[in-house]
Amino acid sequence: MPVSRRTFLKFTAGAVSCSAFTGLGISLAPAMAQAEILKFQKTTITTTVCCYCAVGCGLLVHTADEGKGRSVNVEGDPDHPVNEGALCAKGAAMRQMAENKARPPKPMYRAAGAKEWKEVEWDWAYAEIAKRVKAERDASFTLKNSKGETVNRTETMVSLGSAALDNEECWSYQAIQRALGLVHIEHQARI
Amino acid sequence: MTNYWEDISNSDCVLMMGCNPAENHPISFKWVLRAKDKGATLIHVDPRFTRTTGHCQLSAHLRSGSDIAFIGGMINYILANKLFFADYMREYTNASFVVGSKFSFKDGLFSGFDAKKKVYDKSTWAFEMDANGVPVRDDSFKNPRCVLNLLQKHFERYTLDAVTAATGTSKEDLLAVYKAFASTGTAERSGTIMYAMGYTQKTVGVQNIRSMSIVQLLLGNIGVAGGGVNALRGESNVQGSTDQGLLANILPGYIDVPKSSFAKYEDWVKASTPVSKDPKSVNWWGNKPKYIASLLKSMYPEATLEEAFQMLPKVDAHRKMTDYFWLNIFERMHKGEMKGLFAWGMNPACGGANAQKNREAMGKLKWLVNVNLYENETSSFWKGPGMKPESIKTEVFFLPCAASYEKEGSVTNSSRVVQWRYRGPHPLNNVKPDGDIMLELFKEIRGMYEKDGGAYPDPIKALNIADWEEHNEYSPRKVARLLNGYFLKDVTINGTTYTKGQQVPSFAMLQADGSTTSGCWVLCGMQPAADKHLGMRRDKTATEMQANLSMTPNWAWAWPVNRRIIYNRASVDATGKPFAPQKAVIAWKDGKWVGDVVDGGGDPGTKHPFIMQTHGMGALFGPGREDGPFPEHYEPMESPLKKHGFSNQRVNPVAYLLPTEKLAIADAKFPHICTTYRVTEHWQTGLMTRRQEWLLEAEPEVFCEMNPALAKSIGINNGDRVLLSSPRGEVNAVAMVTERIQSFTIMGKEVHQIGLPWHYGWVTPNFGGDSANLLTSSVGEPNTGIPETKAFMANVRKA
Repeated sequence: MPVSRRTFLKFTAGAVSCSAFTGLGISLAPAMAQAEILKFQKTTITTTVCCYCAVGCGLLVHTADEGKGRSVNVEGDPDHPVNEGALCAKGAAMRQMAENKARPPKPMYRAAGAKEWKEVEWDWAYAEIAKRVKAERDASFTLKNSKGETVNRTETMVSLGSAALDNEECWSYQAIQRALGLVHIEHQARI
Repeated sequence: MTNYWEDISNSDCVLMMGCNPAENHPISFKWVLRAKDKGATLIHVDPRFTRTTGHCQLSAHLRSGSDIAFIGGMINYILANKLFFADYMREYTNASFVVGSKFSFKDGLFSGFDAKKKVYDKSTWAFEMDANGVPVRDDSFKNPRCVLNLLQKHFERYTLDAVTAATGTSKEDLLAVYKAFASTGTAERSGTIMYAMGYTQKTVGVQNIRSMSIVQLLLGNIGVAGGGVNALRGESNVQGSTDQGLLANILPGYIDVPKSSFAKYEDWVKASTPVSKDPKSVNWWGNKPKYIASLLKSMYPEATLEEAFQMLPKVDAHRKMTDYFWLNIFERMHKGEMKGLFAWGMNPACGGANAQKNREAMGKLKWLVNVNLYENETSSFWKGPGMKPESIKTEVFFLPCAASYEKEGSVTNSSRVVQWRYRGPHPLNNVKPDGDIMLELFKEIRGMYEKDGGAYPDPIKALNIADWEEHNEYSPRKVARLLNGYFLKDVTINGTTYTKGQQVPSFAMLQADGSTTSGCWVLCGMQPAADKHLGMRRDKTATEMQANLSMTPNWAWAWPVNRRIIYNRASVDATGKPFAPQKAVIAWKDGKWVGDVVDGGGDPGTKHPFIMQTHGMGALFGPGREDGPFPEHYEPMESPLKKHGFSNQRVNPVAYLLPTEKLAIADAKFPHICTTYRVTEHWQTGLMTRRQEWLLEAEPEVFCEMNPALAKSIGINNGDRVLLSSPRGEVNAVAMVTERIQSFTIMGKEVHQIGLPWHYGWVTPNFGGDSANLLTSSVGEPNTGIPETKAFMANVRKA
């Protein structure tokens, strides 16, 4: 009898005994089965789409309702028409992308000539970046080009990115860069 | 993609070229294998034997950079043996159009070539027009200047001998592939072509795709189930980011950026809007004035269209557009001409061609802002290999952002399906979603302009950020409403009145007079009501006809107008009867269209099917490209040959070249053809995969594949450390000696092909190796400026 993961879970939710599995022909050790069930207790499930390639596979994210409220499991969405619950190695490892100690907790700044990063506050970073953007924009802004045509642009600032942003962010981002007057706006799709 | 992932299973023949879906788009391969289960022939054409090849009944190996020769031979085979789908070719492509008498092609050059400026005068490629301004057609195909005859003449030079000399593929393999794929040139059968960066990252990248489009048009494979030209896009939202115009040449919705020569709004609109005099041509781009106006109103709702136009930055009309693209940006940065860089969700220190140049260039900036999940080779370029931090003056800001499932918003996959992603956990350590970072930073900048004034503050002050914000946070749901568009005042269209603030139900209702917003017209219809985003749909119901094609039209939403196969009008005859009834995409039934959302609307036989083409026909002859209306084989900029067999024109005559670039052309110091690729367990520069234990355990470090004969000749054993080199740089790797990669005989000369994955970088893991792009060259394709990172010359020796 073919058993989908969901059916399997339905069964296990009702009967957490070894015999339930043998009856289904599943050779999972009871301890593992127990862990599988616990994983889904006291969590909220949200759907997402993979952050890697553009096949657009659906995933389920299980986020703990208690404690630190972190994602405790990420797996393929069995209802999704493209991947039908399956994932490649990258998608299957997506939780390690988000739940990762290497993620810097705060903005960092590297001064000219410095050998190390310095952790900084968000407000400080915004203010300092804004100052530099404004100074560079004001210094470089060109109303007319060499032929006397109106161009209203700056050529010395560049924006690269990003296909990793959501649609809404991409749109807002291009609007900001164009409002600043940038013409050098490129991203992954170019290369 | 013209089609959608699940539709690949409807194909009778799947040609995979310049891609490796089994390893790099693994879940797409589910649908390839379903096609095989139903009897389809699978074909892989690639320099390497990969897991994709292992599943194919047919495969052919070609050396990197010879795709046009390979496909040109197929075009010749189809035409010489009359294997095309004749009705489709005659009625739905420009095969019968007569090209003007100024057009010629001689020894690798098309007419109109300006040798000094290295550009073509494309006016010499124009069609002959009748008195009404409609292209002259010769349905009898007797006129020697009709497209079909020019096509035949162009490609009859692509004989099996000529092709095999260029590609290194055996004649038997060529014929087997040609025969199998050409078998889809009937009404009932369909073949699909899947491609990825192996096809595009060439100085002839666009013409590579043109060549496969020509094959598909001849065989009647566009617009049909199991057909199409399908790009396996590599990033979760690279379709969406392109749709949203994050490129120097396009604004959202594929609207050309304004040029300095346009003094007025109407100059821009007029220059951007094609005109067709053919009553059967839908010429959809004729609607562009509505889309441009709606975009401007989304950014600057309070401004007039003229004022909004003035506020947009312009590119110089007298410069080539490619001057504004990636390669020249780094060239100028390297010269010290760029002062500030936002590398937002990008790692150009590893991802860009000639990566060392990019790293050096960043050291000449005043400041760099990098927004990312992790520290990476770009954010930390100043402490990378060979860098002296004390002498690098660039100030760097690193802003950590939320992971994809720590925020909400939509992404668009390769099938053009827009899918909503919901937030699971809150961002780790209270880092911020990208949307909040950009909004907060912009408000800071705007505040300074409001307080202190500054250069041309108008666009900064006028930008409509009110539509991005809710409860003092960035609101993707609100921005999505703007992307779709809403009415700015009450508007009556065909007797129906839409009220101010109401969502625009479809792009057919967008207005040219400034009374609608729509941030990206292709997404109009995605959110027909303020609280109804169709990208959130999870309904798998379908009609019997749709289910027959594994089509799920009620699952999320595809642009445009939820059409799942574009140009689907080409799948039926003039009475609306499907060419392939067993896998019909659309059909005219009881006075209406059923199946997919039909392209163009109206009764059967009233419209030409290729609605985005000005003249409504599939472009066998493509007069709009920079490098010719037909594809032609040229060598990659770096190749082992000083001369090839097709002409005396060694390389694409209009390729994008930087005078500073060091190149290896038939250079004994760099004797091997090299290419780069991906592995299943890593992704792009590895920034988002090199931190995961599971993935790193599977693929811990960079390796170089080479065949046993080459390895033996240079004294290398499997597992030895080797040093790859090119005129640009060196990469240390582990030798993987394997039969999967072979040598080729090109123009009578034996050359070895080698290759390496490009996912690695010095930041992490320790001893994992550095980016393959330290080797690649920054030469570019003339239309897109994409660098030729998939075919270059290198040496390899024991480290």
